[in-house]
Amino acid sequence: MSTPEITGFQITGPQITGKVVITASDGRLDAPVDARFGRAPWLLLVDLESGLLQQAVDTRDQATAPQGAGIRAAETVARLGATALVTGHCGPKAFRALEAARIAVITGATGTVAETVAAVRDGRLRPADQADVPGHWT
Amino acid sequence: MIVAIASGKGGTGKTSLAVSLALTAPADVRLLDCDVEEPNAHLLLDARLDSSRPVMVPVPLVDAETCTGCGECSAACAFNALACMGGPPLLFPDLCHGCGACVLACPAGALDETGREVGLIEWGEVAGQPGLELVRGSLRLGEARAVPVIEAVRAHGTPASLDLLDCPPGTACPFVAAVRGVDAVILVTEPTPFGLSDLEQAVETVRLLGTPCGVVVNRAGSGDDRVATYCRREDLPILLEIPDSRRIAEAYAHGRPAVLADPGLAAALEGLHRTLAAGSLRPLPARLMPPTTTTHTDLPGAWP
Repeated sequence: MSTPEITGFQITGPQITGKVVITASDGRLDAPVDARFGRAPWLLLVDLESGLLQQAVDTRDQATAPQGAGIRAAETVARLGATALVTGHCGPKAFRALEAARIAVITGATGTVAETVAAVRDGRLRPADQADVPGHWT
Repeated sequence: MIVAIASGKGGTGKTSLAVSLALTAPADVRLLDCDVEEPNAHLLLDARLDSSRPVMVPVPLVDAETCTGCGECSAACAFNALACMGGPPLLFPDLCHGCGACVLACPAGALDETGREVGLIEWGEVAGQPGLELVRGSLRLGEARAVPVIEAVRAHGTPASLDLLDCPPGTACPFVAAVRGVDAVILVTEPTPFGLSDLEQAVETVRLLGTPCGVVVNRAGSGDDRVATYCRREDLPILLEIPDSRRIAEAYAHGRPAVLADPGLAAALEGLHRTLAAGSLRPLPARLMPPTTTTHTDLPGAWP
């Protein structure tokens, strides 16, 4: 398995365990990670220890909302009971919502969902302490 | 009578025309500056805007003690302005349209409405112009939605014999908020490809609104005749052509209205007032299907 590339983000937070939500371009573990949080078409709940896909949520309806897509996606992450969100980039509104629910935000993920799961499990991807892009980033 | 002076394109001379019409009105008149993102009619008038009031929009206020965290408010929000993350909802005020659906949806009665200031309305008399009042709306810096301030400007005070609305450019929500429901719309354009393209968009928007409509061509003689050809084909009356005049441009640069720079314009504007008062403008006929492509490329001499 190739090593996911970690792009330009300082790794500071604690290592994550439990179940995480990963933004994906399709509902499978071998799908590429979608770099956008609110606009990602799929949110995948994955158990870090087993690496198994727990649930795949098709978010295409909400992801095309004129505004507040990241807020809706954050609600979905909370409803799925994840300890962390793993994505490419996260804007300020979604970050504020996730922070309020004490859900860690891990940005900088690339490669496939399975590769990203390994990177989080091994501690190569760790939580961010702030949004890494402004709102309406595409 | 309420007359909107609007355009698709910015910088065509909406404010110049609106101010000049206000200065030549036969009776009491109000000029309402509805271009709340950049109001500028006051630059051409010696107005004493000595009265003001804030424009407020409703936003939900949550009582965290009563809230059960059920998420019904967020589910009811069409604008994704609320995040229910397990506890009381988080509000993102810049996304909220103040519709009140969340308050109605809350089964626990934990939501109430409070106000948020999004703009300002100022008004006053114009010096040396008895019977002319200026009303100016200003959107607060950083606010995204102009519509509530435009609606507040239009709802302000008592209408005069003639209310002239200086409208925001474009054909999006602010344009519609300023133009909807008026007695007549004057679309100001210039005889250039940009002027024509944006005029077409404005015309199609006004057509959908069903408002009586006419065109004023500003800087006439500076471009080509495609605007005239288009108006003829669409049966749109050209109410007035303001010549492309260095004297008018120089006066504008010094903050003086066009009608003071070109006395010949006063007679033409009085004629326009008579046309408006006669109610001879008609709504554009409805189209079953909107045009699928921009129509100006069909015209002779069009750019490829």
